[in-house]
Amino acid sequence: MASVSFQDVYKVYPNGYSAIKKLCLDIQDGEFLVFVGPSGCGKSTALRMLAGLEDISAGKLLIGDRVVNDQTPQERNIAMVFQNYALYPHMTVRQNLEFPLRMIKLSPKQRQARIAEAAEKLGLAQLLDRKPKQLSGGQRQRVAMGRAIVRDPAVFLMDEPLSNLDAKMRSQIRTEIAELQDRMGTTTVYVTHDQVEAMTMGDRVAVMRGGELQQLATPQDLYDSPANVFVAGFIGSPAMNIFPTQLRKTALGLLMLDVGDQRLAIDPAAISRYSTLANYLDQPLLAGLRPEAFSVADANPPPDSCLQVEVKALEALGHEMIIYAQAPVGMIQAEEAAGAESDLNTSTLVARLAANRNIHAHTPLALAVDVSKLYLFTTDYQAIG
Amino acid sequence: MQDSNIQLNRTDHSQSEPVIIRQRRKWLGAIASYLLLTVLALLFVAPIVFMIIGSLKPDSLVLTEAGTFKAFLPGQISFQNYRDVFERVDFARFFFNSLFITSMIVLAGLLVNSLAGYAFARLRWRGRSGVLLLVIALMIIPFEAIAVPLFFQVTLLGWRNTYIAQILPFVANAFSIYLFYTFFIDLPKELEEAARVDGASTLRTFFEIIVPVAKPVFATVAILTFLTQWGSFLWPLMVTLDEQVRPLPVAISSFQTLPPIQWGDIMSFGVMMVAPILIVFLLFQKWFVEGVASTGTKG
Ligand SMILES: Nc1ncnc2c1ncn2[C@@H]1O[C@H](COP(=O)(O)OP(=O)(O)O)[C@@H](O)[C@H]1O
Ligand SMILES: [Mg+2]
Repeated sequence: MASVSFQDVYKVYPNGYSAIKKLCLDIQDGEFLVFVGPSGCGKSTALRMLAGLEDISAGKLLIGDRVVNDQTPQERNIAMVFQNYALYPHMTVRQNLEFPLRMIKLSPKQRQARIAEAAEKLGLAQLLDRKPKQLSGGQRQRVAMGRAIVRDPAVFLMDEPLSNLDAKMRSQIRTEIAELQDRMGTTTVYVTHDQVEAMTMGDRVAVMRGGELQQLATPQDLYDSPANVFVAGFIGSPAMNIFPTQLRKTALGLLMLDVGDQRLAIDPAAISRYSTLANYLDQPLLAGLRPEAFSVADANPPPDSCLQVEVKALEALGHEMIIYAQAPVGMIQAEEAAGAESDLNTSTLVARLAANRNIHAHTPLALAVDVSKLYLFTTDYQAIG
Repeated sequence: MQDSNIQLNRTDHSQSEPVIIRQRRKWLGAIASYLLLTVLALLFVAPIVFMIIGSLKPDSLVLTEAGTFKAFLPGQISFQNYRDVFERVDFARFFFNSLFITSMIVLAGLLVNSLAGYAFARLRWRGRSGVLLLVIALMIIPFEAIAVPLFFQVTLLGWRNTYIAQILPFVANAFSIYLFYTFFIDLPKELEEAARVDGASTLRTFFEIIVPVAKPVFATVAILTFLTQWGSFLWPLMVTLDEQVRPLPVAISSFQTLPPIQWGDIMSFGVMMVAPILIVFLLFQKWFVEGVASTGTKG
């Protein structure tokens, strides 16, 4: 077991592409850390540098207190689970599990003991004499896990290990991996593009974008206080509604938030956590409201407490429903916050509501807003302190 | 239904054609292509059949029946010709020479060329793409073009009339390297990366993980090498001086002119010479097709 530390790590590929920029990150001993981010953001690159499969262009990488920059994968005492499992196709499950043990020169007796132990942990005992071809997707995934745990390595590395499984299998194995890691207490670095996986599995989550670390925090902190618009839009599903706005003080001293030509009254107590807010009054801002911040308004709502929208489409999920409504203002996409200029500005507002038979598409609807769940960002997409 | 369709689509011929006629056409097409294939197959098989039948006939009949249809009909079957071959020359010696030389080229070639292909496909070293280009360029140079300089080299080394002169120049082979290279470059890297993380060295990864996965290419290269080397004639003719190290193709050509010229004996010599090729091909046919298919479509 060991801690891991990225210290100002850079990765420039031979073709000149800069895939990781100044990555600083400390992973504690026994921690389950998840790298998450859209495809191409450099998650795998970071993991592969840790595995020793890619050189480190600059900076220092430590496992425990050893600098491992120049160590081969085998010297680092790590184990990795690959996206396509990378099981040795000509070997039985037993031989697959035995391979890493042979490399560290364990005696045959010790090897069989370790294999039996791992097989028992993962429910592979019945499958030991099969070839990978004869296994289902979920079983292959378990064998790949088994090959990682037999070695009892200092760090587990996993690169999208669930992406080849169907949804049901994925959530099942997700739990299994989390439990296994908990029991074994081995430091684990896990890569995924799926924020649900990241949120449910990670002790802490590192959100990446374009080779840069956006935020490193616990899942709850990511959800509650995203560091910027990108993280706010990336974490949570459906994504947060983010739109340009202004916060104004009326003649009566009330705070009002513009939403297109509509406005919402803001109870100052609800946003007291924004200590520097006074600096941003009457300035252009970005506001974020998660789909969960909406509910169906009462018959006679207080003034300026709800948004009038037109329902465009809806998805009824039984216990709740997702509403796609015409918003009074253009929405900002998280990718746009990531620097990619897009004209794909939609004006669709997404709300998650309790199931309600009275809501239909193409009808107007009044949405009450829980303003205590309001997020505020500067126009440079950073969270307001 | 059918009728109304026909009326509606008067102008469209393919659609207005009744189904039965369309099916009959399909059948005719199939029969025609089978006929053509059968004729072609017969053309290719005929010389071999001629040789096998001829080898079982008395000498006198081989030549007299050669121009007639009887050449393809076995008369009285006798193995006298085969006995004659063994009596007249040291066939076993030639056969051993061919087998030994070819096997050594195949085995050493598999090792050397697969490692070279792997180095081109996976290892990073200075000048790799340049050398690869050179290897690919070498494929188009026919052996005849380098036979004479090679002959001087072998003479200088004092290797004339040896096995080594017949083996060594053919071990490294540009085409084999290229076949291995295209296969390895298409293999997913994850397997090798998994092996590296599991603690295996490059060589061990190659022998324990890559070679078993690459069985079809190994089979393809082995068969192709065997077939070309078994029939190799020009070079052994140049470097062999006597029967000690002489392989079958050179031996049959001198046997052909060895008086008395007996066509039945020559036929049986020929049968015994091509038999291993047929056997190898039949044994490994499945792998061969697999290998050609996989190297062909993937690359
Ligand atoms: N060997 C390579 N050479 C050049 N660029 C690469 C290489 N591998 C990955 N990249 C690029 O680096 C970026 C990050 O890749 P990767 O770490 O695989 O992303 P992901 O977050 O999807 O795992 C991508 O834009 C990818 O195209
Ligand atoms: Mg990836």
